[in-house]
Amino acid sequence: MDEEYDVIVLGTGLKECILSGLLSVDGLKVLHMDRNDYYGGESTSLNLIQLWKKFKGNDKPPAHLGSSRDYNVDMIPKFMMANGTLVRVLIHTDVTKYLYFKAVDGSFVFSKGKVHKVPATDMEALKSPLMGLFEKRRARKFFIYVQDYEETNPSTHDGMDLTRVTTKQLIAKYGLDDNTTDFIGHAVALHRDDRYLNEPALDTVKRMKLYSESVFRFQGGSPYIYPLYGLGELPQAFARLSAVYGGTYMLNKPECKVEFDESGQACGVTSEGETARCKKVVCDPSYLPNKVRKVGRVARAICIMSHPIPNTNESHSVQVILPQKQLGRKSDMYLFCCSYSHNVAPKGKFIAFVSTEAETDQPEIELKAGIDLLGPVDEIFYDVYDRYEPVNEPSLDSCFISMSYDATTHFESTVTDVLNMYTMITGKVVDLSVDLSAASAAEE
Amino acid sequence: MALITQTYLSLLSFWSTLMARTGNKNIQAKLVLLGDMGTGKTSLVLRFVKGQFYDYQESTIGAAFFTQILSLNEATVKFDIWDTAGQERYHSLAPMYYRGAAAAVVVYDITSMDSFIRAKRWIQELQRQGDHCFLTILFIDLLGNPNLVMVLVANKTDLETKRKVETEEGERYAQENGLLFIESSAKTAQNVNELFYEIAKRLAKACPMPPTGIKLHNETQGGRRLFCCTG
Repeated sequence: MDEEYDVIVLGTGLKECILSGLLSVDGLKVLHMDRNDYYGGESTSLNLIQLWKKFKGNDKPPAHLGSSRDYNVDMIPKFMMANGTLVRVLIHTDVTKYLYFKAVDGSFVFSKGKVHKVPATDMEALKSPLMGLFEKRRARKFFIYVQDYEETNPSTHDGMDLTRVTTKQLIAKYGLDDNTTDFIGHAVALHRDDRYLNEPALDTVKRMKLYSESVFRFQGGSPYIYPLYGLGELPQAFARLSAVYGGTYMLNKPECKVEFDESGQACGVTSEGETARCKKVVCDPSYLPNKVRKVGRVARAICIMSHPIPNTNESHSVQVILPQKQLGRKSDMYLFCCSYSHNVAPKGKFIAFVSTEAETDQPEIELKAGIDLLGPVDEIFYDVYDRYEPVNEPSLDSCFISMSYDATTHFESTVTDVLNMYTMITGKVVDLSVDLSAASAAEE
Repeated sequence: MALITQTYLSLLSFWSTLMARTGNKNIQAKLVLLGDMGTGKTSLVLRFVKGQFYDYQESTIGAAFFTQILSLNEATVKFDIWDTAGQERYHSLAPMYYRGAAAAVVVYDITSMDSFIRAKRWIQELQRQGDHCFLTILFIDLLGNPNLVMVLVANKTDLETKRKVETEEGERYAQENGLLFIESSAKTAQNVNELFYEIAKRLAKACPMPPTGIKLHNETQGGRRLFCCTG
């Protein structure tokens, strides 16, 4: 430990592990430590015993739930967009070889009191009760415009500059009603609130393209994929990448105190009386609480069930989006369900999450609309956690702090934060151009 | 009569070779290496996969994942071999490392009693249940596989003059704990192929199930119209 490193990374959450991997591949000497005796930090997956320890203290999980080790309950539930940036990073770094994925069965949206499938095929779109026949025709024209739109080819722009035209104006051009707009904005473009309507349409168009490309990637019922054994596999896989390129790993290191020199620059980390020196520190907000501020809170419920979420075609893995407007809230609510088909629970068991950006102090009441859609549950845990973002100036203190995980259902914002941090740390941009838009999956 | 028998036998052997070649049984098996730093885990794999040996093999950097195919009469075994990438140093191997392993190879160095004691500790951890310390939680994944093939390897037999761990000691421990035991030298190649063939044979009998699920690849896909909802 008594050595000098280029970078010391604290916390083995997904963001820190991706960074550790990328930096080690670059040839930097990395020491990666965690105060916990397990990988993943906030983004770990827990077995039943760990889950009970976290939420119920000394109680033991009931026997009828089955073996503890068959559970991998995500602490930050998210799905991966099949064509998203996380998949690009996985392929770019060749970390995919450590992991197995399965497509997520379905993506659903809550509309007018009912759960509807977000159509993934022409046939589903034709039959979908989400829109009337004439509205479908108008929507179809809009979708074709989006599909054909290429940022660098003005002939596909139909005379509109999408960096200036707002989403509201673009949608108005196609005459779509409020319900359709809500559906497109929240269930396809995956916006969390309605700010996008008054922002340039380019972002929404890009998000819609990502969604549709992701749906087609695996010909599944949703744009999502999810790793077998849960998301906790992801940080471990990137940690392995880092180790393969010389990164040193130490778990179960108490304290992990960042040391500063007289000019305020981070210069090392002390744990158990030993100090490792370094040029830069990368960490999650919990390791430098004086350099972050609270920016929000996420309310969530974690449920163990013996059935799939009702009205989702018996899907063994599924997402349901409850757009804010349908609930009279400021931000969307999400249901997320996974099961033994992704090896996160024993046979016959399902893990469901309800989560949203907290607007009150009472998650039980706030999450009720989502929980009501689940039907009977075997067990339920409520939790509210704070989200932080850094307020320091890395050029002055050599500390690079990640943002807490947000309530979004996928990893796009997570990876954006990681790539920005990588650029701040190294001055370089990760080249993800290894033709990933064309990447596909093969049955093995 | 003898001639007929002989013809029949040679036909039979031809048939079994053919079956092996056409892969009547294809097994994909994850093999994990365990053991202290410097016991020669990487050297054993490099000797097996590439036929190479370096006197001063650097601590594992850059590659810690190898695949190698062994054809037996009864089956073709494709090994996915996982090396520790140095994560054993501070006991920070991730649970993912053990997940779904069909075979575990625990290596010690015959010139180091410490490495033998440590190898025994790895094996004890593998066998201990009910306790919920971190390592045990990891190993439960391995214990979840009743067909796990476990081998204790006494490496560096080329350094016989510096031997500190007698063959009988290793052999007895392996026998008591139901492990295969083999003495090898990655340097002279002694028993290295034999080690992996022995594992392959056991796997062919046990026939582990490969994981289901998809692997992501960076392959180009035919052009396709990209949008759903065209109703």
